[in-house]
Amino acid sequence: MSPGQVQPEYRQRVLPPRVSTLWWLGKGTYFAFILRELSCVFVAWFVAYLLLLVRAVSQGDASYQEFLAWSATTPILLLNLVSFLFLIFHTVTFFDAAPRAMVMKVGRNRVPGRVVLAGHYAGWAAASAIVCWLLLGA
Amino acid sequence: MVRQHSEPYLWLLFSAGGVLSAMLMPSLLLLFGIAFPLGWVRPPTHERMLAVLANPLTRLVFLGLCVLSLVHWAHRFRHTLHDGLRLAHPMITALCYGAAVAGSALAAYLLWQVA
Repeated sequence: MSPGQVQPEYRQRVLPPRVSTLWWLGKGTYFAFILRELSCVFVAWFVAYLLLLVRAVSQGDASYQEFLAWSATTPILLLNLVSFLFLIFHTVTFFDAAPRAMVMKVGRNRVPGRVVLAGHYAGWAAASAIVCWLLLGA
Repeated sequence: MVRQHSEPYLWLLFSAGGVLSAMLMPSLLLLFGIAFPLGWVRPPTHERMLAVLANPLTRLVFLGLCVLSLVHWAHRFRHTLHDGLRLAHPMITALCYGAAVAGSALAAYLLWQVA
């Protein structure tokens, strides 16, 4: 073997394996992982949508009515329907990770994961109720 | 890539943005994105929207929601490009977090205008 050549087994040990750009299409769980990660795009879209709403409200009743009419157009409605599904996916997966990410203790005892999870869902229900009360309440 | 020692702080903001957006966005999107446009529920009047947005506490929560959600997007999107599409470049990092900062500044300006 000449000095410039590298033995195949040595090359395999040193170089990291090549991973396809489309590795996430190889398995259902990988695809779900990428969908979960891409939910952040819909979070950003909804921030932009909310800021357009705030601008419309600050510009007066006519602008607000224009925004409401624009929000009822088919492309925006479809985009928001897809965004809603992704946001629900984001919420469920984020809450699902909470018991593993948060170590809460009462005294010396660790709070069980199902209690942490239930607390998140209770917080979600309370926050949603407050939003509805603020916008729709008497 | 961002230097390693900033990662825990970015993760903290990412996590806070993830929780806040998970708590508040589904109901807001259901109302403003689906229920009002489809006529399921009558949308609030302009006076009511103005009153809600003029409240200092509402504006603070709204600003926190926008800022943290944008940081959440920036952090997760950067890692999605890195892990999913194998794209890692300092310019991507700068664009992601730069857009989050610009969006946060815009949110603060627009909320200031409501008063």
